[in-house]
Amino acid sequence: MRRQFCTLLGLILALTLSTSALAQSRGSIQIKGSDTMVNLGQAWAEAFMEEHPDALIAVTGGGSGTGIAALINGTCDIVQSSRDISEKELTLATQNGREVKEIVAAIDALAFVVHPANPVFQLTIDELSAIFTAHLTNWKGAGGRDQAILVLSRERNSGTHVYVLEEVVRKGNSKGPEEFAPTVLMMPSSQAIVQEVADNPAAIGYVGMGYLVPTVKAVSIFGEEAGDYVEPTLEHAVDGRYPLARPLLFYLPGTPDGIVKEFIDFVLSERGQSIVLDMDFVPLPKMKEQTAESRE
Amino acid sequence: MRRYYERVVEGLVFASGMASIIFVILIFVFLLKEGLMLFREFSVIKFLLGKHWYPISEPPQFGTLPLILGSLWVTLGATAISVPLGIACAIFIGEIASGWLREVLKAGVELLAAIPSIVLGFIGLVTLVPLVKNMFGLSTGLTAFSGSVMLAFMAMPTIVSIMEDALNLVPKTYREGSIAMGATKWQTIRRIILPSAASGIIAAVMLGFGRVIGETMAVMMITGNAAVIPKSIFQPVRTMTATIAAEMGETVQGSDHYFALFAVAILLFVITFAVNFLADWFLHRKKAR
Repeated sequence: MRRQFCTLLGLILALTLSTSALAQSRGSIQIKGSDTMVNLGQAWAEAFMEEHPDALIAVTGGGSGTGIAALINGTCDIVQSSRDISEKELTLATQNGREVKEIVAAIDALAFVVHPANPVFQLTIDELSAIFTAHLTNWKGAGGRDQAILVLSRERNSGTHVYVLEEVVRKGNSKGPEEFAPTVLMMPSSQAIVQEVADNPAAIGYVGMGYLVPTVKAVSIFGEEAGDYVEPTLEHAVDGRYPLARPLLFYLPGTPDGIVKEFIDFVLSERGQSIVLDMDFVPLPKMKEQTAESRE
Repeated sequence: MRRYYERVVEGLVFASGMASIIFVILIFVFLLKEGLMLFREFSVIKFLLGKHWYPISEPPQFGTLPLILGSLWVTLGATAISVPLGIACAIFIGEIASGWLREVLKAGVELLAAIPSIVLGFIGLVTLVPLVKNMFGLSTGLTAFSGSVMLAFMAMPTIVSIMEDALNLVPKTYREGSIAMGATKWQTIRRIILPSAASGIIAAVMLGFGRVIGETMAVMMITGNAAVIPKSIFQPVRTMTATIAAEMGETVQGSDHYFALFAVAILLFVITFAVNFLADWFLHRKKAR
């Protein structure tokens, strides 16, 4: 009886070990990072696995910072990030023996959203900065009704949070003294922001363009380049007139090879970039040749 | 042979008993080891009394006062709601309801404990939050009050079941004596049973408090998470637990932000430990007498 049990246990153990070894030999990729990019990464992974049935790709979110922390700690193969890696993170990664590579995978345009009934339909970066630092607290000051503004932001682990902090709150000067006011509500997801804004005529928040739905209104932003207010549309993000468009990045812990390289080539291919458009992001300009170059 | 067997079982039981204590000690040592690293560069006073929580700025500010007050507002609100309800519920189940009704109510309260906190948070987000906003004419329903209401549901099972135990511990002779003296049922409950069960009731309140202050998921979803010093319960607040949950994923191991979150965890641990200790003291004081 006991001997049978031992044999069974041994069998199970052997089976588990061999299957896990098998999965490894097939080539598995751990992708982690930006919540903005998680659906996009999932779509890429599904299309890629259709072409390569032996590949195993796991895509998880958590925020760009989460992904970069995973890269530094050595627990993922590709980081999806909606912001540049910081000097501090780069130093830490180098200290941990990672040779960080950066690849631009797609473009995202950020939209500021308000309730459809809100009469305000255009804002400048200065006005947005004043709103998010609580220097402007009533919609009257931005050409709206006499009503207190409810300001919504993403949590600090979101790449979108850092992007808005640098490009909007600090007006492009990433070392500026401005901060999000303590009264700003920190929402755990883009979905939560859309839900609250759709519900609340006094609210303003920001989400990636992929999250725009008819229940909220995206405001036009004054662009220096255009010299006019520009709507957040795919067109304007590509031609560079819309001021709040940003690259969506991949960070790798070293020069890609094997299945990881194949996946990246797929993402940059025409098929991969058509998926970008399907997911309501902006594909890379066609002529730009990209290779996996090291970041200096 | 039999004695040998007995020894082994005794040893195993002893080891399991010790394990829980060892785990608590290990957890505390780990928290201390990571959390105290923050105070090499950041002063304790600034950590406890600082009014600004900007962990990713240069230089970072780790003032936890808004977080502590946020946690306290939500918890006190939840306690204020759940304690009267819990006492009434426990009295009804323990003293008044009989037969099948009592069984149904007991099962119902236990079922309440089985609802995962994220489910309560989600239900709160879509039903309670808009309701609170409209009912009180606020700019948003994502407030400490919404969190308190939702957490009151979570504290109820703890409070009710411990209080019911306390009521059961009141000797039957007290009840019979009181009735025999011609007291009504209400007089018996108010003058005899509640005072004799007082320490158990206080312990129940304490444990409910401890349950609520450590709750994370639901508060993160419905309290707005704005790190302001709250002036009223109808304002968005950011709790200690939500801060740890929301920010831990992003931190790099060994950074000041990482240590700061562990320091917040120490604070939380100290608070829940103190509350549980007090509850235990109240429970045992009764038995010693």
